[in-house]
Amino acid sequence: MKRIGVFICHCGINIAGTVDIEKLTSQIKEYPNVVHVENYKYMCSSPGQQLINQQIMDKNLDAVVVAACSPSLHENTFRTSVQRVEMNPYNCEIANIREQCSWVHDDKQIATDKAAKIIKSMVEKTVLDEPLMPITVPVNRKALVIGGGVAGMQAALNIANNGYEVILVERESSIGGHMAMLSETFPTLDCSQCILTPKMVEVDQHPNITLITYSEVVEVSGFVGNFKVKIKQKAKYVDWEKCNGCGDCITECPINTPSEFEQQLGERHAIYRPFPQAVPNKVIVDMDECIQCMVCQVFCPTDAIDFNQKDSIVEQEVGAIVLATGYQLYSLKNLPEYGGGEIEDVIDGLAFERLLSASGPTQGVVKRPSDGKIPQDVVFIQCAGSRDPENHMPYCSRICCMYTAKHAMLYKHRVHQGRAYIFYMDIRSGGKDYEEFVQRVMEEERVVYLRGKVSRLYEEDGKVVVCGTDTLTRRNVEIKADLVVTATPIRPIEDIDQLSKLFKISINQNGFLTEAHPKLRPVESLTSGIYLAGCAQAPRDIPDTVAQASGAASMVCALFSSDQLYHDPIIAGVDEDLCSGCGICVGVCPYSARTLNREKGIVEVNEVLCEACGACSAACPSGAAQQRNFTDIQLKNMVKAILG
Amino acid sequence: MYEPKIVAFFCKWCTSAGADLAGTSRLKYPPNVVGIRVMCSSRIDPEHIMAAFRNGADGVFIGGCHPGDCHYQTGNYQTLKRITLLKQMIEDLGINPQRLRLEWISAAEGQRFSEIIKEFTQQVKNLGQLKSEPLQ
Ligand SMILES: Cc1cc2nc3c(=O)[nH]c(=O)nc-3n(C[C@H](O)[C@H](O)[C@H](O)COP(=O)(O)OP(=O)(O)OC[C@H]3O[C@@H](n4cnc5c(N)ncnc54)[C@H](O)[C@@H]3O)c2cc1C
Ligand code: FES
Repeated sequence: MKRIGVFICHCGINIAGTVDIEKLTSQIKEYPNVVHVENYKYMCSSPGQQLINQQIMDKNLDAVVVAACSPSLHENTFRTSVQRVEMNPYNCEIANIREQCSWVHDDKQIATDKAAKIIKSMVEKTVLDEPLMPITVPVNRKALVIGGGVAGMQAALNIANNGYEVILVERESSIGGHMAMLSETFPTLDCSQCILTPKMVEVDQHPNITLITYSEVVEVSGFVGNFKVKIKQKAKYVDWEKCNGCGDCITECPINTPSEFEQQLGERHAIYRPFPQAVPNKVIVDMDECIQCMVCQVFCPTDAIDFNQKDSIVEQEVGAIVLATGYQLYSLKNLPEYGGGEIEDVIDGLAFERLLSASGPTQGVVKRPSDGKIPQDVVFIQCAGSRDPENHMPYCSRICCMYTAKHAMLYKHRVHQGRAYIFYMDIRSGGKDYEEFVQRVMEEERVVYLRGKVSRLYEEDGKVVVCGTDTLTRRNVEIKADLVVTATPIRPIEDIDQLSKLFKISINQNGFLTEAHPKLRPVESLTSGIYLAGCAQAPRDIPDTVAQASGAASMVCALFSSDQLYHDPIIAGVDEDLCSGCGICVGVCPYSARTLNREKGIVEVNEVLCEACGACSAACPSGAAQQRNFTDIQLKNMVKAILG
Repeated sequence: MYEPKIVAFFCKWCTSAGADLAGTSRLKYPPNVVGIRVMCSSRIDPEHIMAAFRNGADGVFIGGCHPGDCHYQTGNYQTLKRITLLKQMIEDLGINPQRLRLEWISAAEGQRFSEIIKEFTQQVKNLGQLKSEPLQ
C-alpha cells in the first residue's frame, strides 16, 4: 500500500472561508491509502513547505496531495519543494479546491463535500502515480526572432550581445517597423529616425545576427531547444549580393505608385526601398506595378536586376523563438462615422506622423492631403474605435492619448497660429514624465481639450465639419476643420490567426498573443521556448516595448545558459507486450512522435517529441499506449472517487 | 430533491484554465460538477465516460479548447469525432445523449464556463436520475 499524505491549505480565508477545513481533514483521514492529513494557513509559504517535507520524513510518505489553489499556480512550487526530501516530484499532486471549489460556491456544507470529492479523486490518481525522471534534451543555442520592429531588433541585439547566434526574420525588405515611420517621440521629442537608425545598422552589422528580410516563416516543427523552421524568402527580382543600394534604378523607374511607408501620402517607384535609410540598403521590385520596361536593368551598375528570381525556402534549426510581429492600425474604412476613409482630409495617426516627419512626403511641413494647404484648424479625435465594445474595439490602445498630445504639440510648433482641438474620453498618461507632457500641451501650447465624443463629421466647402459635445460644459460644438486626425485602435497584424496556428500559441479575444501568465510570465508564451515582445502581445509604447523585448531576450539567454533541457516525462509510451502494431496511435499523434516498426510489429515512440496530450492513449484499442500518470486505470479510479 | 452527479473532464490548457478564471472572478455555479484535469480533451477515452455512467454519473461533461486552439493542434478534433460517435452509441444503450456534453471553452471564458455549467446542470436535473445497474 502506498503511504499518502494530504495537506490542506486554508489559503487565509480564501479556502477556509467556504470550506470546513476541520471536517474535511477528518473525512480525508478515513480514505484508503491516506496515512496522514494536515492543514495549514498558507501551505505555499516557506513554513508550509517545510511542514510537508517534515511529514514526508516523519511519516515515511510515498506521495503527497496538496489541496490548495489551481495547479497552474503552485504545482511547480510543491513539486520542487518535495524534492528537497528526496521525493520524486511526480509523486506530488495538487487538488484544486480554491478556483474550482471554494471561490465558486457559497454554501459551506456543499463546498466542503465537493472539496472532499476533489481530494479523493486526486488521492486515487496519486496511488498509481509512478515516480518519473525528466527526459533530457540538448538545446540548440541559436535564436529566431520574428519581426524587425524595435521589439525584434532589441531582442536580437540583446541575445547576440550575450554571444548567441540570432536569425532575424522580417517580412518587409527593411527592418525598422513602425518606429521608422514616426517623426518625433513622446515625451522627450527626440527624433525617431535618429535613435532608431543606429540600432538598425548595429543589427545589420552584428557578427552574431543573420538578417533575413522580405521573408516569412512558413513552417515550424519541433519543440523547445530544437525547433525546425522553414523560411520563405520572397523573390526580390534583385540579386542582393550584387545590389549596392546606389538607387540609380529607382531614379530611372518610370512607374509611380502610392507608398505604403508614406501611408499613401507620397509615392514610390515600382523598384524601390521603403524609405531612404532602409536596412539593408537594397531595392526590391514590386511585380504588381512593374511593366518590365527593363530600364532598371539598363541603369544598374552592378547588373543586379534578375527578373527570373523565384521565391526560395531556407531551413533553419533554432532553440528558441521570439515573436515580435508588432501591430497595424485599425483602418479608417471600418469607421463610417468618421468618413470611412473616403474623406481625404480625415487621416490616421501614422499618416500624420509622416506629415510631421522631416523626411516625409511634405518634408515636415504640415500640408493637408486634399489640396496641400497648411491647415489652420486641426481636430484630433482620440479613442476613434478604441474603448467602444458595441461597434469597434473594446480595449484601450494605450498610446493614443500620448501621441495625440504629441501631434497637437508638434503641429503647434510648425503652425504657430494654428488651432488644435482634441476630443477625448479620458486622458491616460501613466508613464514617466507623461502627465507633465500632457499638461505642457494643454497649458503652454494652448491646445483645446474637449471632453466628449464626436458624433459625426462631414465635408462642406472644403472643410471637414466636426460635430460633437463637450460634456464638461454640456455644450454642442461644431468645428470647421481643415484636417482631422483620428487615433484609431492598435490592432495585431492582419494574419495573426495564421501566425498563432503556425507557432501553436494562443491569442486573446482581440487577437493579441497570449502570455503564459498575465502578471508573472508576461514575456513567455504558453509554448515553451517561444517568447513574446512588443505590440504583438498588447498595445504599448516604445519604452515598454524595449523593456519587454529585453525581458524576452533574457529568457532566451537563460534557456541557452545550459546545453541540456528537461522534457516533461508524462509522455505516452508503448507496452510492447500489449501493442498489436495496428498503428492507430501513429495517425492520431500530432507530433509524429510514434512510428510503426513493421519488422517488430509494434509502435515505437520518440519520447522527446511526445508532448503528452494523451490522444494515442485514448485511441489505442489494446491499452498499450498508456500516458504516464494519466493511465486508464487512474482516470477510472478518479471517476469512481468523484461518484463516491 | 434530486441533485445530479456530474463528472467533468477539462483539458489543462483551455477549459481548466477557464474554470480557474471563473473562480478568480468569483462566478458562482452549481457544485454538482466535479472536474478531472487532463492534458488534452483528446485523452478522454469513451471508456472513461462509460465508467462514469456505470458508476452513477447522471451526466458527463467534456471541455476542450476551441477548434484550432488545442494546445496539441488537433486533439480536440479527435475528441469531437469520438464524442459524436459515442453519443449515438449511448443512445442505443438507452442513455439520453443530452447527458453527455462536449463544449469548447477557452482560458478567457470564465463567464461562459460558469454559464454552461449552470445550464448543463439544469439540463441533467430535468432529465432526472440515470438509472443504471452499478457494475459489480
Ligand atoms: C501614430 C503613432 C505614434 C506613435 N508615437 C510614439 C511615440 O511618440 N513614442 C512611443 O514611445 N511610441 C509611439 N508609438 C508606438 C510605437 O509605434 C510602438 O510602441 C512600437 O513601434 C512597437 O514596436 P514593435 O516592434 O512591437 O512593432 P512594429 O513596429 O509594428 O514592428 C513589427 C515588425 O514585425 C514585422 N512583421 C510583422 N509580421 C511579421 C511576420 N509574420 N514575419 C516577419 N516579420 C513580421 C513588421 O513588418 C514590422 O517590421 C506610436 C504609435 C502610433 C500608431
Ligand atoms: S489541449 Fe485543450 S483540447 Fe487539446
